[in-house]
Amino acid sequence: MKYKSQAVAKPYFIAAIGLFLAQVIFGIILGIQYVVGDFLFPEIPFNVARMVHTNTLIVWLLMGFMGAAYYLIPEESERELYTPWLALVMFWIFLIAAALTVIGYLAVPYARLAEMTGNDILPTMGREFLEQPTITKVGIVIVALAFLFNIGMTVLKGRKTVVSLVMLIGLVGLAFFFLFSFYNPTNLVLDKFYWWWVVHLWVEGVWELIMGAMLAFVLIKTTGVDREVVEKWLYIIIAMALITGIIGTGHHFYWIGPPEYWQWWGSIFSALEPLPFFMMTVFAFNMVNQRRRNHPNKAAVLWALGTAVLAFLGAGVWGFLHTLAPVNYYTHGSQITAAHGHLAFYGAYVLINITMISYAMPLLNGREANSMRSQVLEMWAFWLMSISMVFITLFLTAAGILQIFLQRYTETPLPFMVVQEKVALFYWLRVISGLVFLGGLGTYIASFFVAARDAKYPQPIEIGKVQPSPAAV
Amino acid sequence: MAQVFTKSMARNIFYGGSVFFILLFLALTLDTSFALPERDQRHQLDLSTEVGQRIARGKELWETNNCIGCHTLLGEGAYFAPELGNIYTRFGNNKEAIKAFIQSRPAMGIPGRRSMPQFNFSDEELDAIAEFLKYSSEINTAGWPPNIQG
Repeated sequence: MKYKSQAVAKPYFIAAIGLFLAQVIFGIILGIQYVVGDFLFPEIPFNVARMVHTNTLIVWLLMGFMGAAYYLIPEESERELYTPWLALVMFWIFLIAAALTVIGYLAVPYARLAEMTGNDILPTMGREFLEQPTITKVGIVIVALAFLFNIGMTVLKGRKTVVSLVMLIGLVGLAFFFLFSFYNPTNLVLDKFYWWWVVHLWVEGVWELIMGAMLAFVLIKTTGVDREVVEKWLYIIIAMALITGIIGTGHHFYWIGPPEYWQWWGSIFSALEPLPFFMMTVFAFNMVNQRRRNHPNKAAVLWALGTAVLAFLGAGVWGFLHTLAPVNYYTHGSQITAAHGHLAFYGAYVLINITMISYAMPLLNGREANSMRSQVLEMWAFWLMSISMVFITLFLTAAGILQIFLQRYTETPLPFMVVQEKVALFYWLRVISGLVFLGGLGTYIASFFVAARDAKYPQPIEIGKVQPSPAAV
Repeated sequence: MAQVFTKSMARNIFYGGSVFFILLFLALTLDTSFALPERDQRHQLDLSTEVGQRIARGKELWETNNCIGCHTLLGEGAYFAPELGNIYTRFGNNKEAIKAFIQSRPAMGIPGRRSMPQFNFSDEELDAIAEFLKYSSEINTAGWPPNIQG
C-alpha cells in the first residue's frame, strides 16, 4: 500500500465478502426450494429468497468495485484520495441501507414494504433485480454521486493513466444507466425495453470496462509487464466490449414487443460478444507468460487467470449458446438462462472482485503477500468454487435442454410444473454442487484468518521462498 | 501485437467505435419507439377508461407483490413458476379462471410441493390483475412463446 487513504478500501472488501456469504446461503435455500417446494414456506417464500440472493450479489459486487476504485485510483493517480472520510461515511450509509433493505425483504411481506417505503409516490419496485424500495434506490444514487466525486477529483488532481480513465468511464456509466431504474411506465413493453438499459448496459457494457481496468491493474502489478503493452490491450478489449455489447442489447428485444429487426441486430452483434472475453483470456495469459517478476502473491495471479477463462466460458460461450434468435425462441426464460447467468456472473464479476481483493488485502494489511499456507487455502477455494460453479452450470444446462424439449419442442408439450418434476434429478445435483461451492467460500474466508495468524506468528522456514521483487513497477 | 498497431490506434477505435455504436443504438431506439404503438396495445392503457385504470392497478399489484420473483412474464423473471405472458390464453381467454386460481391458493402451502402464496386479494384487485395479464397476452411478441405451455 503506497498511500494511506487506500485503506478505505478495506471495509468495502470485508463487507463484500460478508454479503457474498449471505448470497450463497440464500442461493442454497433457493436450490432446495426447487426440489422441496414447501421448504421454509410460507416464512421465506421463493421470491423473497431470490431477491436476497440477487440483491446481495449486486450490492457486494458494487461494494467490490468501489473498494477496488478506492484502492487503485490513488495508486494510479499517485496521490491520496481527495476526501477519504467521505468514502468511509458512504461505506456505512451503503451498508446500513443494504442491511435495512434485506431485513425489509425478510421481515415483512413485500407489498407491506412497498407501502411503508412510499412506493406509490414513485413506483420503481417489483421488477427483477430492481426490487429495492425507491428510497434505497435514491440512497444508491447519493452514494454513487459522492463516490464519483471522490474518485473523479482524485483522478483530476493526479496522474492520469489509461487504467484510471477506463475505470472512471465505467463507473460513470454504471451510475448513469442506473437512473433508468426510476423509469417505470404502465406500458409493459416500454418498461421492459428501458429496464434492459440498466441491466444489459451494466453487465454487458460498462461493467466490462470496470472489469478490464481492474484486471489490467492487477496484471501490471503482479507481472511487471510494461504499462504501454497492457494499456493497448485494455483499449482494444473495451472497444470490442462496447462495439459488440451496445447493439447486442438487441438480443433482449426479440420477444418483448419491439420490432422483429432486433432479431438480426441482436443475433449478429451479440454473436460477437464473446470476442472481448476471448481477448481478455489471451491478454491475461500473455501478460503472465511475459512476466518480468515473480510476484509472491501467487493466489492473486491464479484468480486473475481464472477470471479470464471463466468469464469467457460463462459470459462468452454460454451466452453465445442461446443468443441467436432462432435458438433463443426456444431457450428464452428457461433454465438455460439461469445456467448462463450463474457462470457469467461468477466468472466475470465475482472472480474479478476476488482477484482484486486477493491482491490488495495483504497489502492493506501491511504485507506484500500472505503466507504460503494461506495462499494454498485460497487456491483450494478457487478450484472448489470454480469447479462446483461449472457443475451447477452443466446441471442447469441439462435441466434446461430437457425442459425445452418437453415443454416447448415436442409434438405434445407438457405443462411447466409437470416438466419441473421430470427434471428434478438435475436440480438435486445442482444443490449438491451448491454445497461444495459453500465449502469453497468457507475455505476462502478461512484463508484470511490463517493469513492473519501466520503474520502474527511467522513460520521459521518459508517453503518455496520467492525472489525479492523489483521495487518499481 | 505488432508495433504497427499502436496504443493511440487502439484508443481511437475505442472512442470512435463506442460513439458510433451508441448513436446507432439511439437511432434504432427511435425507430422502435415509432413502431411500438402498433405492437404494444397502448390504446388499452388510456386512464380515462375503466380498462386502462384496471391495467394500471394490475401492474402495480403485479409489482408490489413481486410476482416476477417466481414467474416469468414474456420470458423474463424467475424460472420457478409458469410463464404468465400467455396465461390468459392458456386459461381459455377467461379472466374468471385466473381470478379463481389466485384465490384458491392454500395459505400454508402444499406439503412437499411448490405453491403460490395466498395474497388475500379483494375482488377489485383480482379484476385488475386479470386485466393486466389479459393486456400482456395481447402484446405482439413476434410469435413467442412457441406453444400454449409458455
